[in-house]
Amino acid sequence: MDLIQSVLNGEKRGIAKMITLIEKNAPEAIEALKQIYQHTGKAAIIGITGPPGSGKSSLVNQLTKKIRSEDKKVGIIAIDPTSPFTGGALLGDRIRMQELALDQGVFIRSMGSRGALGGLSRASYDAAKVLDAAGMDYVIIETVGVGQSEIDIVKLADIVALVLIPGMGDEVQAIKAGVMEIGDVFVVNKADKDGANRVVTEIEMMLDLNTEKDAARPPVIKTIATTGEGIDELNEHIKKYWHQIANSNELAKRRKERIRSELISITEDHILNQILSDKSSKIDSMVKDIYEKKIDPYSAMELLIAPEK
Amino acid sequence: MTQTNTIRVLVAKPGLDGHDRGAKVIARALRDAGMEVIYTGLRQTPEQIVEAAIQEDVDAIGLSILSGAHNFLFPKVVELLKKEGADDILVIGGGVIPDEDIPGLKEAGIAEIFTPGTPTSRIVEFIKENVKH
Ligand SMILES: Nc1nc2c(ncn2[C@@H]2O[C@H](COP(=O)(O)OP(=O)(O)OP(=O)(O)O)[C@@H](O)[C@H]2O)c(=O)[nH]1
Ligand SMILES: [Mg+2]
Repeated sequence: MDLIQSVLNGEKRGIAKMITLIEKNAPEAIEALKQIYQHTGKAAIIGITGPPGSGKSSLVNQLTKKIRSEDKKVGIIAIDPTSPFTGGALLGDRIRMQELALDQGVFIRSMGSRGALGGLSRASYDAAKVLDAAGMDYVIIETVGVGQSEIDIVKLADIVALVLIPGMGDEVQAIKAGVMEIGDVFVVNKADKDGANRVVTEIEMMLDLNTEKDAARPPVIKTIATTGEGIDELNEHIKKYWHQIANSNELAKRRKERIRSELISITEDHILNQILSDKSSKIDSMVKDIYEKKIDPYSAMELLIAPEK
Repeated sequence: MTQTNTIRVLVAKPGLDGHDRGAKVIARALRDAGMEVIYTGLRQTPEQIVEAAIQEDVDAIGLSILSGAHNFLFPKVVELLKKEGADDILVIGGGVIPDEDIPGLKEAGIAEIFTPGTPTSRIVEFIKENVKH
C-alpha cells in the first residue's frame, strides 16, 4: 500500500492523509494502523498539559527548537476542545509555533477532541502511532488540562509535563486529587511574573506529601516560554527521566497498561458498534417495551447481547 | 463504525499588516458552523501557509489580507499548492480587495473573493458547497 510506505518514509503528505483517515473513522484507517504497528514504539511520547493559556504551545515551540538542535525529529499533536454543540473547534496552537512551520524535521498536527467527552479521543492516540512509525524521535502531545483530559494524557504519554503558572491563587491546593500524581515533571511557566517562586514552593510541598519515601520527587522547573529561559533545564530533565524509565521496567510497565486499556476500549467499541448497527430496530422496539414496563432494562440488555440463534 | 466528515479549514493571514480581527471573526463563524479551524496567526509567508495546509490536511484555506499585496500573495499560495500536488485544496480570499482585482485572482485559482461586509453565512455556505470530500 502506497500510503503505508509514504508514512514509513516519513513523507508529510502520507502522514497527514493517514491521520485524516483516522480522524474520519474510515475503515481504511484500521487496515493502515495494523500495518504500521510493527514500526511503532521507538519515539518518546511526551504529554504537555495544564490550564488554558498557561503557555503550553509556547513551551512546545521552545522545547522542539531545543530538541531540533540535537538533530532529533519531532512530531507534535496539539489538541483543543471540540464544541459539543456544533462539533466545530478553533485550533490555535500553531500561532505559537510559527518558527517551526518550515522545519523539515518537525510535523505539527492540530486536532479537535471530537467525540471524546472531555477526554482524549482514540484518534489522538492513533495519530501518535503514525508519527512514531514515521520516524519521529519525539512525539509531543499538547492538551488543555480541563478535568478528564489531564488524566487521560497519562494513557497516551510516556512522560507527562504538568504546566502551572503564578497568579492562580490557591489553585495549586485546589488542583483535583489525582492530577498532581500524573506529573513526571512540573513546569512553572511565566516565571517572569510575580509569585513564581511561591508556586514552586507550593508544588514542592505538595509533592513532598504525595511522594513515597524512597521515590525521587519529580523536578519542578521554572520557565519563561516567551524567551526560552529554563528550556535547557526542562529538556535535560525530560531526557534524564526518559533514560531512567527506559532503562528500568517502568516504561514497559506504562506501555503495557496503555495497551491493556486500548485493547479493552477498542473491543468495547467494536462490540457496541456491532450491536448498534445490527440490532437498531430491535433496540427501538425494546425501548418501547421497557417504557411500557413489559421488560426491564437489564433483561433487555441480556437479550441484546445474546448471540443470535 | 460511523464515519465523520468534519470540514477542516486553515485560516491564514499573509502579508505584513498587523491586525487580524477580520480573520478571527471568520474563524469563529466557521467553527460555529461545525468546522475545525486551524488558525495560524499573523504575518505568514505563502510557504508557511502551504506547509501548514499540507500537514493539517485541510479541505480549504481562507486567506485574509488588508495590506494590498493580495495580487502577489494569493496566487503564490495557489502556485505552491500546485507544486506540492495539493491543489485539490479550495482557496478563498477576503479582505480589502478592489473589484477590478477580483477577475485576475479568480483566473489565478482563487475560488472566491469575499469583500468586507459579506455575511459570514455566505462564506460558510460557499465552503460547504465547494470543498472536495
Ligand atoms: N509573560 C509570559 N507570557 C507567556 C509565557 N509563556 C507564554 N506566554 C504568553 O501566554 C499566552 C498563551 O500562551 P500559549 O503558549 O498559547 O498558551 P497555551 O497554554 O498553549 O494556551 P491554550 O492552548 O489556549 O490553552 C501567549 O500570549 C503567550 O505569549 C511566559 O513565560 N511569560
Ligand atoms: Mg496551546
